[in-house]
Order: sequence, then C-alpha cells, then structure tokens
Amino acid sequence: MSASGDFDDRPSAVLVSQDHGGFAEWLHVRLVRARLGWAAPFILWLVGRFSGRGMVIAIPYAFLLIFFLVPFLIVLKISFSESALAIPPYTDLVGILDDGFDYYLTIKLNLSNYWIVLSEDTYVRAYLNSAKIAAISTALCLLIGFPMAYAMARASESIRPMLLMLVILPFWTSFLIRVYAWIVILKTEGGLLNTLLIALGIISPDEPLRILSTEWAMYIGIVYSYLPFMVLPLYANLEKMDLSLLEAAADLGCRPTKAFWSITVPLAMPGIIAGCFLVFIPAVGEYVIPELMVGDNVRVIGRKLFTDFASERNWPLASAVSVILLAILVVPIVLFQRQQARLQEAGR
Amino acid sequence: MKGLTKINLVALTFGFAFLYIPILILVFFSFNESRLVNVWGGFSLKWYGELFQNDDLLGAAWVSLILAAATSTLSVVLGTVAGFVMARFTSFRGRTLFSGMIYAPLVMPEVITGLSLLLLFVSIDWGRGLGTMIIAHTSFCMSYVAVVVQSRLVSFDRSIEEAAQDLGATPFKTFFVITLPVIAPALVSGWLLSFTLSLDNVVITSFTSGPGWDTLPVKIFSAVKLGVKPEINALSTIMILIVAVGVVAASLVQKRAMVERQRAERLAAAANE
Repeated sequence: MSASGDFDDRPSAVLVSQDHGGFAEWLHVRLVRARLGWAAPFILWLVGRFSGRGMVIAIPYAFLLIFFLVPFLIVLKISFSESALAIPPYTDLVGILDDGFDYYLTIKLNLSNYWIVLSEDTYVRAYLNSAKIAAISTALCLLIGFPMAYAMARASESIRPMLLMLVILPFWTSFLIRVYAWIVILKTEGGLLNTLLIALGIISPDEPLRILSTEWAMYIGIVYSYLPFMVLPLYANLEKMDLSLLEAAADLGCRPTKAFWSITVPLAMPGIIAGCFLVFIPAVGEYVIPELMVGDNVRVIGRKLFTDFASERNWPLASAVSVILLAILVVPIVLFQRQQARLQEAGR
Repeated sequence: MKGLTKINLVALTFGFAFLYIPILILVFFSFNESRLVNVWGGFSLKWYGELFQNDDLLGAAWVSLILAAATSTLSVVLGTVAGFVMARFTSFRGRTLFSGMIYAPLVMPEVITGLSLLLLFVSIDWGRGLGTMIIAHTSFCMSYVAVVVQSRLVSFDRSIEEAAQDLGATPFKTFFVITLPVIAPALVSGWLLSFTLSLDNVVITSFTSGPGWDTLPVKIFSAVKLGVKPEINALSTIMILIVAVGVVAASLVQKRAMVERQRAERLAAAANE
C-alpha cells in the first residue's frame, strides 16, 4: 500500500507501542464485558500486529481498490475481448500460440466492440439521448428545487427541522415504490390521471393522455426520484448564508431581485453545482426508470447496456458501452469529487 | 426571521405536493377492495392478507433484510475508518485516489458499478450469492457512511482528544473512548442510510446475485414490469410506514439530545458566571 511507508515516523505508532500494556488490558476488559472474550486474543494480536496510521489507512484503501478500482480495469480488459459461447461468455486476451515449431505469447485486442458502439446509430443516439434527458431533468430539478430550498432556508427556525424532515422522508422511502406510484398515476388505460381528467370532462375517453412510454415519463420519473438530491445540498448552502449581506445591499439601494441574482445566486453556487452533479451523473446511466416507465420507445444508454449484458449475453459489448459511458462521465465525476473535497476542506 | 412570504409558501406547497401526492395515492389505494387502481371498491385489508400468504415475497423480504443488515454493519465499520482517514490524515501518498474512490460511488451510474463487480466476481471465480451481494452493496454504501462521518469529524472539537492523549491515552484508546461516542449519532445515521440504500437496490443486486437469492426489490421490479398489482400497493404502504416511523423517531431522539445538550450548556455557562 502506498500509504504504509510513512507511518513509522508518526507519533501515533510510537505511542501505541509504548503504552501497549494499558491499552491491551483495557481492550480485553471491554471485549469480555461485550461477551467477546473468546475473540480477544485474536483481536489483540491484530491490534498489536498492525498498529498506527498506516493500518488505519490501509483497510478502507484496500477494500476500495479491490472492489471499486480493480473492477473497472477488468471492464476495460473485457471490452477488448470477443463474445463467445462459453462460461464466462468472452475470450481471453492473452494466449499461447503453438505453431508446431515455437510457442508465441499472443495478445489479441479486439476493437470491434468500440467500433460498434461508436459507429452504430442506435448507440450514438442512446448516448446523446441519455445526456439530453439527464440535462433537461437536472434543469427541471433545479427549477423546482431552488425555490423549495430557498423557502426552507428562509422559514422560521422553529419549523425548519420539520421541513427538512419532509424532504428527507421521501428520500428514505424506496425508489422503486416512488417510480411505481407514478406508473399507477400515469397509466394510459386505467391510470388515475386519465380517469380523473375524463371524469372532469377535460379529455374524451377515446383520446387519453399518453405519458407513460414517452420521454415525458422519463422526465417525471427522474425529477421526482432525484429532487431530494437537489434540494438537500441547496438547503445546506442557503441556510448558512449571511443575511446581513442582503441587508447591506438593500441599504445601498439594491432592489431585492437584483440582490437575489448578484448575491444569493453566486453565493449558492457550490450548492447548485453539487445538486446538479448529484442529479445529472446518475441520471445519464439510469436503468430502472426507463425500464419500468418507458420501454422501447425511448432509447437510453443505461437500458441498452443492461440488455446487451442480460438478454444478448454480449459481455464484451456491454463492457465497451460502459467504458465509453464512463469516459463521457469522467469529467463531471472528477469535477464533483474536487468540489466535494474543497467543501470539506472549507468546513474545517 | 420573519414568516414565509407568499412566493416561498407557494414554492413549498407545490414542492411538497409533488413529493407527497403520489405516495399518498399509493397508500390510499392499498386499502381498495377492487383490483382496479382507478375504481374505488370500498375499504378492505384483503391485499394485506394476500401479501402475508405470499411465501415467495416473504422469503425475498427476509433475504433483503439479512443483506441490508450485513451490508450496513460492514459499511459502518469500513466507512467510519475511511471517513476518519479523510478528515484527519490530510496528506499521505495516494490521498487523491482515495478521496476519488470515496466520492465517485456516490454518483456512479449503477449499471457501471454492477457490471464491473460482476466481471470481477466472474474473473476470480467467486460464486454469486449472499457474499457477493454484501460486498457489492458495501462498495457503495461505505462511501455514504464515510461522507457522513467525515463531515461530523470536521466539526469535532479536537481539544478533548488532545486532552485525553495528554493524560496518557493511546490514539486507539482515545478513538474508542472519546471520538467514537461523540460521533456515534453519525454512525447511527450512516448505518440507517446504508440499510435503506441496500434494501432498495435493484440494479447492482441483479448483477451480483446468484440463483435463489432474489431480494425484495428484484421481485417487486419484475412484478411491476408485468403490471400494476394491488398487493404491491399494500407492500409499499408497509415499507413506507416502517421508514416514516423510523425517520420520525430518529429525529425526535436527535431533537431531545440537542435540547438536553443546550440545557447542559446553559447550566455550564450559568455556573461560570
């Protein structure tokens, strides 16, 4: 681990080795009290064996490397292989070739998956369409979420926790259930919205509104599911805002509308950016909403990737699709990560 | 601050109506006698009765609960350590990569995470089942815990840690006796957050689960694909109820703790004068 080299010189490591007896005793008593006495020798050995800062860093680091980073490298590798009728359903990149005289180490990179993804109209359209839908949904989320977060942040302090809880509550309820609720409402035949509109005489029973299976369903589904992700960072940001700045602006003769655009919005920018990333990036690869609410009418890349993988069993092609999707998203992801790191630094 | 202005009130009413009306409709129609969603056939609990006779769904719910409990526990352990590293160790080799691997899972499209983990498990020949699902869920849940713990630690008064160390406590002891109890609320909310995220996941689960390990969301997903069913309304209502009770209870507990802390602070301030 890259981090393990620099812990010997840390005071923490020294402290642990000096005062080990006392700590070991204390830990042992604690473990016995927690009815974990049987595991005490092992835990004490572990603590004694790996102590200090290096180990603290190494545990989560190793987990993330193995189960987050390495898998991407495997996706990259498999995107260069060929689909095969085998288990697993792809060919090896590296092989030994025996031509009867000599043995050759062969490395075969198959570029056809990328060629398919980058040249076939269905894939290109699916990428563009996904990006478009995600961008419009993000804008809609901001349009609905900003006034909400603003009103919450300006509400009296006594009702703010309740308002915050009201935003968080749907966020904790199942995503799947929330999508399902909209299917119940929007269904063309026997959906609640159409039943209501027909009963009110606004539309005729022969021409019900067709929203499910269209792009509109995507927008409704994404905006509804991701709205809390927009409101929460915006609220956190707007709540901290120093209101005396607005008073100063008003004292100097600035009109509220102008103060809003030249003070509130620029100060809220970190919240706006965080909210937009939290909605946009996952929305580009969304699978559940298009699968349940839209179907074949609107092509999006998340669903295409899943069908290539599950129905077509073309794992190399699905890998190439996700490598390109990641290549498109890597810029927003890095920007998001930088911004979050900066916000945390600022909170110090 | 003054009360809500008219525009703010409109924004809040509209926003909350948008968030809540679909959920309330779902709850309302779970008590519908009729099989049709758009026809009210009278009050009935029959869909709840049918739900509790559906062994298939109950079995899946059980798998989901075990998976969520294991995932959130593992995520809290790893996420706390990761959050601690992020908040306290500001410079070590590979920190940029580390923070990247913490933040990226928060926004990574699930299809990519799911596919990549599946390909990992296949290439190391790890049979898919409960174990692979726990690992897969932990790989994104621990990031949420890490972020929650990190932001709690950033606002942490370090002088009490330093006091403990001055009095001879080792860093380990300081962590377990001082730091951990103070950040315990963050750990609890991290655990609950991981639990709900794991309980809700469809995409990563379907990539990493093996035969016979269908979870509740996967079952609901395939049922919804076939059409709208009143049993699902009943099931949703139960899940919404559990979450609502949990969230309200947690916030009440937190509020009481805050009130008590404020009272203690006032007392301390009064004693100082």
